[in-house]
Formats: sequence, structure tokens, C-alpha cells
Amino acid sequence: MTHQMFDDVVRSDSSLRRFLHGLPGVDQVGCEARAAGLGTRSIKTTAKAFAIDLAIRMVDLTTLEGQDTHGKVRALASKAMRPDPADPTCPATAAVCVYPDMVATARQTLGDSGVHVAAVATAFPSGRAAMDIKLADTRDAVEAGADEIDMVIDRGAFLSGRYLEVFEEIAQVREACGDAHLKVIFETGELQTYDNVRRASWLAMMAGGHFIKTSTGKVQPAATLPVTLIMLEAVRDFREQTGQMVGVKPAGGIKTTKDAIKYLVMVNEICGEDWLDPDWFRFGASTLLNDLLMQRTKMTTGRYSGPDYFTLD
Amino acid sequence: MSRIDVRKTYKLYIGGQFPRSESGRSYVVNDAKGRLLANAAQASRKDARDAVVAARAAFGGWSGRTAYNRAQVVYRIAEVLEGRRDQFEAELRASEGITPAKARSYVDAAIDRLVWYAGWADKITQVVGNANPVAGPYFNLSTPEPSGVIAVVAPRGPLLGLVSVVAPLIITGNTVVVIASEQHPLTAITLGEVMATSDLPGGVVNVLTGSVAEIAPWLASHMDVNGIDLTGVEDAQLAADLEAASADNLKRVRRPAPGTDWLAEPGLDRMTRFLETKTVWHPIGV
Repeated sequence: MTHQMFDDVVRSDSSLRRFLHGLPGVDQVGCEARAAGLGTRSIKTTAKAFAIDLAIRMVDLTTLEGQDTHGKVRALASKAMRPDPADPTCPATAAVCVYPDMVATARQTLGDSGVHVAAVATAFPSGRAAMDIKLADTRDAVEAGADEIDMVIDRGAFLSGRYLEVFEEIAQVREACGDAHLKVIFETGELQTYDNVRRASWLAMMAGGHFIKTSTGKVQPAATLPVTLIMLEAVRDFREQTGQMVGVKPAGGIKTTKDAIKYLVMVNEICGEDWLDPDWFRFGASTLLNDLLMQRTKMTTGRYSGPDYFTLD
Repeated sequence: MSRIDVRKTYKLYIGGQFPRSESGRSYVVNDAKGRLLANAAQASRKDARDAVVAARAAFGGWSGRTAYNRAQVVYRIAEVLEGRRDQFEAELRASEGITPAKARSYVDAAIDRLVWYAGWADKITQVVGNANPVAGPYFNLSTPEPSGVIAVVAPRGPLLGLVSVVAPLIITGNTVVVIASEQHPLTAITLGEVMATSDLPGGVVNVLTGSVAEIAPWLASHMDVNGIDLTGVEDAQLAADLEAASADNLKRVRRPAPGTDWLAEPGLDRMTRFLETKTVWHPIGV
């Protein structure tokens, strides 16, 4: 699974540490200024309509609550397939994201609609469980029909510098995924520094993750523009070195169309158009979808819409 | 060296804050003699949209308060207004060119109007609600409920007119987006400062200044606005257009009221127009 180019790097804990700590440090002020600057672009009319539809197609419609029921997951899956029942031109979302025990329900409702089923596994959201339980959790979700697995890394191990342990963990989960795509969640809100975000990004990419994802949505701060910018730079640089593309998924805290468009502008500016595709960029969100639909309705009807006209979920 | 005046920048009042217009625009407001008084923010449709979002967010909390508590808050607005009456009298004289006695009488009337409506908060239910006799073993109760977010085009009369259209709406639990009188917007923003310091939660009253013809159509067609009060719309054609645009989501509409005497006792109509009757059936125990 591991990219051969990095065989030397991951041979031992010390060689891996040398590599990760040898990555250029992040200029915090510059990074935040750049992210803020990109957030000021004005996207209007046809470009906005394009951005809204693209953002809808990139949404991983998520419900990760202790109070989830099969009924709620079915309702959410129906919404993912047809977000705006009043408008057949409205595209479907990329996926629904649920806990492993809800995967079968989601899969049954979605059928062959093309909407993916993503499952959070590996003792989400804390990741505090024994390795074999994490792997069993993953296999369980894949067997139930999940075609995307969102795993969390062991932040404790990462922050104590046991990088190889984290690397092995990701690689093993990747193997347990089989054909399913693996998204690696860093929980950037717990990683303390931007340098750590960059290191985690490289670690996950070298270990074979298909996507790198900011947060679980259970910790504040969740996704932010600067953190996503660092991750986008990492996937861009990774492709330059290896020719291999890795996706990025900011999750948590993205609630408005305006926010979503800021992210899309950043994707285009940092990584280029190749990443402006649901296969390579996703939003982990639940309330965002309704705001996108409201803005879409505003653009098609010419009048402001209200939350009363969309499902609560 | 003489001291330089600290001039006030008149901005909008949205969600308990005083933001500039999103559009960055402003317009010149003159006094009664045509001299420059100040610049006022010229709100855009996006400011109106933001105001509706703020009003909607405030609705649950405000309408959920007890009528008694709403009365206290509105009475508090009257108290704070009383304490700043000199400022309001001076503003009224400058913008309308009226005599000190007249300005004083308008401020008096505005304060009295607030107190009058505050008193109605916990009484309106008894007047327009009812216990209905029904042919079955049920208590059948009709109670008035606030409609939701109400858009208001305020009439001329910078203080009394504004107070007279806003107070009856908030006292019953509605939240309000009000477009201040286009000619006299400044006092409306000063009144916003009074409301911001009177325990009135942010978003319950949102004040926009600018062109009625530009902003009002967006509020009339807005699907998340539950009612519209056209009191201050002076152009008959615009009023008709706004009424037509309001039909899409069946807004409650109050038509323009030309020639209203704002000093007279207002009656209940301004409160009841934006109330809806909820009737509940409750079985009588054996």
C-alpha cells in the first residue's frame, strides 16, 4: 500500500521523525493572511450557480449522533439522493456519512443511486480502542456496504511523537478497507500547531489514505480555512512528488454557502481545477446543505427563501 | 485651539449590532432647511436578508418569554428613552424644524405610547382570546399567537411614528425588520441605541435606513417573512406591488394608512393584525 518512494522514510521511527520534522515549517501569519485573502473573492451570478451545484455534489451529508435512528438515516439518505424535491435539476450529494451500525440502512435506501455510503470507524470520534477492535469496526462497516471509511488517527500517539505507530495504524486500516476508500481524520483542533497538520497530512498520504480530513466535528475548532489550506498544499506537493492524487475533506463548522464558496476558491487557487470534483474534495456537513439549497432557490426564483421550506435534519 | 466635534456615524441596527451597510453605501440626510445634517447608511437587499435572519433567530426566544417579561422590557425602553429625551428633542428639532414645545410633545407621546403598549402585553390574550363553549366534554381555548417575523415600512414622523408601528408588534412576541422613514432616518438609529441598552434581545427589532422602493420588495417577496406592515408606503403603485409580492407565502398584510393621527390613542388593531389564533381542545377529566 505504502508508496515505494517512501520505503526509506518509514523504515524506522527515527527516519520517519527525521522526514516529518524536516518538512518546511508553516508560516502561521502568512498562512492565515493567505486564507483570509482568498476568502474575500466575490463570486457572483453564473459562477455562483456553478459553485453552489458543485458544493452540493461535494457534500458528505452527515449524521453522527448518539440519538440517530434507522428512520433518520433513511430520511437523510433520501435527502442525499434528491436534496430539493421541488427541483429535479438539483444534483445529488456525494455521500451520506453515518456510524457503522447504520450503514446497512443507508445502503438499502440509496441502492444504486450513485450516492456513496461513508462510515466512521476505528472507535470514532476519540479513537481510543485496541487495534483489533478498530480493525473489526472497519471490516464490519465495509461488510455492511460502506464504500468509504472515515478513520480517526490516534492523536495521543501522534502528539507524543510515536509517528510510526500512527503510520502502521493507518496502513492496517487501509488494508482492512479492501476496495473501500479511506479518509483519514486528523482532528486538527487537537493537533495544536500548523506544523503538526502538515506532518499528519504527509504521514497519512504516505500510509495510503485516499482522503485527508480535518475533523470529526465533535471538537472545536473544527475545519478552518488555514488548516484546509495547509492540507491542500500537502496534497498538491504530494502529487508533484509521486504523481498520486489525494483528496481533502474539511468537516465541521462549515454552515453557509459563503463559507463553502471560500473553500472552493481556495481549492482552485492552491490545487487547481483537478481537485474541483467530488472525487477529490468533499464537505463534511449537515446544516450546510440547507443553506446551499436556500441560495439555489434564491437564484432560480429571484426571491429569498426560508428554512421552513426545507427538511430539518 | 478649538476642539473638534465628535460626530456620530449613523449605521444600521441588525441583530443587536450596529453594522455599516454591506453595500458600503450611504446617503445624505438634510435638515428642515435643506442643510446637511448627516450621512445615513443606505441598506441593500443583503442587509435586509441579514436582518430577517437575525429576526428569525430572535423569534423563538422572544415569543417564548412571558407576556409579563415582554412588558417589562418595553417599559424599560420607555425608561431609557425618558433619560435621553434631550437628545431626541434636539434631533427632532434639527430634522423636522419644529418648535421646542412641539418636539417635547412628540417625545412625551412616544414614551407614553411605549408604556401604553407595555401594559397591553399581558392583557391582549384576555381580550382577543376566548374559552369557547363546545358540544362535548372539552375545554376549548383560543389564544392569540405571534405570527413571526414582520417587515414594517415606518411612516414619516421620526420618533412617534416609528414607536407606534414597532411597539405593538414586539409586545405580542413578533420580531421586526423595520425600514425607517426615508426622509428622517437618523432618529430611528438613535432609537436603536435606546433599544440596544434596554434588555431587548438583539434581533427582536432590526432597523434599516435607505430607499423603501429598493428594499421593501425584497422583504415582501421573502419567504421567511410572515407579515408586512405597509403603513409608511406613500406611493400607491408600490404599495399594490408589495401587496402582490406578499401573496406568495400568504403574508399578513397591513395596508398603507394615509393621514393617521399619531397623537390619538391607537386602538388594538396594530397588535391584533399580526396575531394568529390557536385553538386547543383539552378533554375534561371525569
